[in-house]
Amino acid sequence: MLNIAALSGKIQEAFGALDRHHLNGGQRLAVKYFAVAMILFLAQLLFGLLAAIQFVWPGFLFDLVDFSVNRMVHINAMVVWMLYGFIGSVYWFLEEESGTEIVGLKWGEIAFYVLTGAVVIVVLVYLLIQTGPGNDATRWLVNEGREYIEAPRWADIGIVTVMLVFFYNVAGTFAKGRWSGISGVLTLDLVALAGLYMAGMFYSTNVTVDQYWWWWVIHLWVEATWEVLVGCIMAWSLMKLIGARRRIVQTWLYIEVALMFGSGILGLGHHYFWIGTPDYWFTIGGFFSALEPVPLVAMVVHSIYDAGVHRFRSTNHPALGWIIAHTFGNFLGAGVWGFMHTLPQINLYTHGTQWSASHGHLSFFGAYATINIAFFYLAAQRWRGNVWMGGDLKDNGWKWKWSMILLNLGVMGMTVALLIAGYEQSFIERAVEGSTWGGYFAAQNQPWFVQAMLWRLVFGVVTLAGALLLTWDLLTIGAGETRLALVLEPEEELAAEPTVAVAK
Amino acid sequence: MNHTPLWASESFWKKVAIWVTAGSFVLLIVLTFDSMSKVQAGSRRVPAYSVINQKIDYRFDAQLNRYMPVIGGDEPLFDRPLSEAEAEALVTLGKKTTQAKNCINCHTILGNGAYYAPDLTKSWLDPNWIDAGNRENLMLAFLKNPPGNARTYGTGRRMPHLGITDEEARGVIAFLKWMSAIDTNGFPHNFKTLYAQEE
Repeated sequence: MLNIAALSGKIQEAFGALDRHHLNGGQRLAVKYFAVAMILFLAQLLFGLLAAIQFVWPGFLFDLVDFSVNRMVHINAMVVWMLYGFIGSVYWFLEEESGTEIVGLKWGEIAFYVLTGAVVIVVLVYLLIQTGPGNDATRWLVNEGREYIEAPRWADIGIVTVMLVFFYNVAGTFAKGRWSGISGVLTLDLVALAGLYMAGMFYSTNVTVDQYWWWWVIHLWVEATWEVLVGCIMAWSLMKLIGARRRIVQTWLYIEVALMFGSGILGLGHHYFWIGTPDYWFTIGGFFSALEPVPLVAMVVHSIYDAGVHRFRSTNHPALGWIIAHTFGNFLGAGVWGFMHTLPQINLYTHGTQWSASHGHLSFFGAYATINIAFFYLAAQRWRGNVWMGGDLKDNGWKWKWSMILLNLGVMGMTVALLIAGYEQSFIERAVEGSTWGGYFAAQNQPWFVQAMLWRLVFGVVTLAGALLLTWDLLTIGAGETRLALVLEPEEELAAEPTVAVAK
Repeated sequence: MNHTPLWASESFWKKVAIWVTAGSFVLLIVLTFDSMSKVQAGSRRVPAYSVINQKIDYRFDAQLNRYMPVIGGDEPLFDRPLSEAEAEALVTLGKKTTQAKNCINCHTILGNGAYYAPDLTKSWLDPNWIDAGNRENLMLAFLKNPPGNARTYGTGRRMPHLGITDEEARGVIAFLKWMSAIDTNGFPHNFKTLYAQEE
C-alpha cells in the first residue's frame, strides 16, 4: 500500500516551500507574471510542435486544428509570454531600483488578472471558433488576421489599458522614489512601446498602408523598444548578479540606446522593400538595418567583459549563464541571422521563405526567451529565501545545466534546419522558378527541404524536452538549500570616487 | 588622470542617445508622410480599386531592370465592369475575408506571413490557372470548397474548409487581382505570368 505520509514527505523534500515573505510587493506580483509566462512558453512550444508535425504529415489534425491555428497560437503565445516576462522583470526590480513601494500595487494586481483572463479567452476563441465571416465583427471578436497581432480588437483595447496601469506604476513609483539612468531609459521606452501598439489598431483595405503600419508595431517593438527594454533589464541584472558598477552599466546602456535606436528606427525600412512603398527604402532600410548588429556586439562585449572583470563570481550562476546566453543569442540570432538577409539584393530572393523563420526562431529565443529565463532563476532564488545559487549546487546543478544545453541545442538545431530549407527555397522557388505556385511546390518537394522539416521537428522535440526540464528545475532549485546567497563586496562605494584615490 | 575622458563618460553618451533617437524618429516621421502620400489607392504605385476592370500583367521592364505591373485594356472581373465605389466595396469585402479566415498564417501576402502555402502577391497571374478566360470560375470553385478542389502538387498539403461564401470568394478574388497590380519594386523576381506562358 502506498504510504501517503512518506510520499508527501518526499514531495515536500523535492519541491520545498516557497515563502512569499521573502519577496517585496513588486516581486510578489512579478512571480505571478513569471508563472503565467512559463505556462505560455510551454504552450508556445506545444503548438509549434503541432505545426512542425503538420509540415511532415500534412493530414495531422486537418480540418480540426489546422496549421494556421497552430501557427497563430504558437507565435501569439510567444509574444505574450515575452511581454509577461518583461513586465514581471520590471516589477521585480521596481521597488529596489526606486527605493520605495509601488504606487499602485493593487491596480497592478487587478491588471494582471484582467490581462490573464483576456489571454485565456482569446486563446479559447482561437482554438474553438478559429475564423468568422469576412466582416468587422470577426475582427473585433474573433481574430484580426494580421500576423503577430491577431488578437481581436476588444483585446487590443484591454492590452493598452493594462499597459497604462503598468506604465503608471513604473513612472509613478520612480517619481515617488528616485530616478536613475536605468529607470529614465526604461520609462521613456515604455511610452514608445505602448504608443507603437496603437499603430496596429486600425483597419485599412489598402494592403500597402496596412502592412506599413503593421511593421511599425512589429519591427519597432522587437528591433527597437524591446531591445532597449532588455538592455535596461540586463543592466540592472549585471549589477545584481556580479556587482557591476552602476556607472559602467548605465554608460553602456546609453551607448546601446544610441546604437539600437540609431540603427533600429530607420532599419524599419528593410520591411518596406516589397510591399508597394517607394524604392528609396532600399537604401535607407539596407543601410540602417545592416548596422543593427553593432549594438548587439556591444552587449556581448559588455556582459562578458564585466563578468570577466568580476572573475565570473556571481550571486546566481543559472541566471548569469542565461544572461550570457542572451547576449550571444541576441547577437547571433538577431544580429548575424538578420544581417545575412537584410540587404535588398539578397532579400529579393529570401523574402517570404523559411530563411525568415530561421532568423525568427534564433532571434526571439536568443534575444528575449533567454533573459526572461534568467529572471525566473532570480525569482526562484529570492522566493526560497535568497539561498545559495553559485557553484557547487545540490546534484551539481545538472538540471539547469542540461536544460540550458537542450534548449540552446534545440533552438540552434531548428534554426540551422530552417536555414537550409530557406537557402533551398531561395534558389529553387525564387531564383530559378520565379516564385510561381509551381515553383513554390517544387521547392517544398525538394529532398533538402523535406529533410530539413524532419530535422526541425527532431530539434523541436529537443527544445520541448529542455523546457520541461527547465520547468522541473525552476520548481525544485534551491529547495532544502540552507546556505545563503553569495554577498558581493561593496565595490560600488570604492569605485564611485576614483578621483579621491588618485588625488592622494 | 583624474577625470573620465569624454568618450567614456555617462553624460556624453546620454546626450548622444537622446539626439540620435530624436533625430532618427523625426526622419522616420518625415519619410512616413512621404511614403503615405505615394501609396494611396489611385497612386502610381498602388492603383485604384477599379483596376480590377482591366487586364493586369507583370513583365520585365528593361529600362528599370526589374519586373513591373502592366495595366492593359478592359478585362472586367466576372465580365461585369464596376464603378470605383463598387470596386472598393468588393475589394474591402475580400480584404476583410482574408483577415477573418486568417489566410496569413499559412500563406504570405506581399511576402509576409507563414510559409506553409504559396505566396498570394501575384496569385492572380499564376500560370497554373492555365486559361485566363476560365480563371475566375476556377478560383471561385476552389475558395468555396478548397479540400474538394485541392491540388497539392505531391505535398499532401490541402487548404481546409473555411466556410467562404460566394460573395466573400468574389471579394477575395477582387482583392487578389487588385493586389497583383501593386508596384512591389520587382518582387517576386523572374515571375512568368499566365499571359507570358500563353505566348
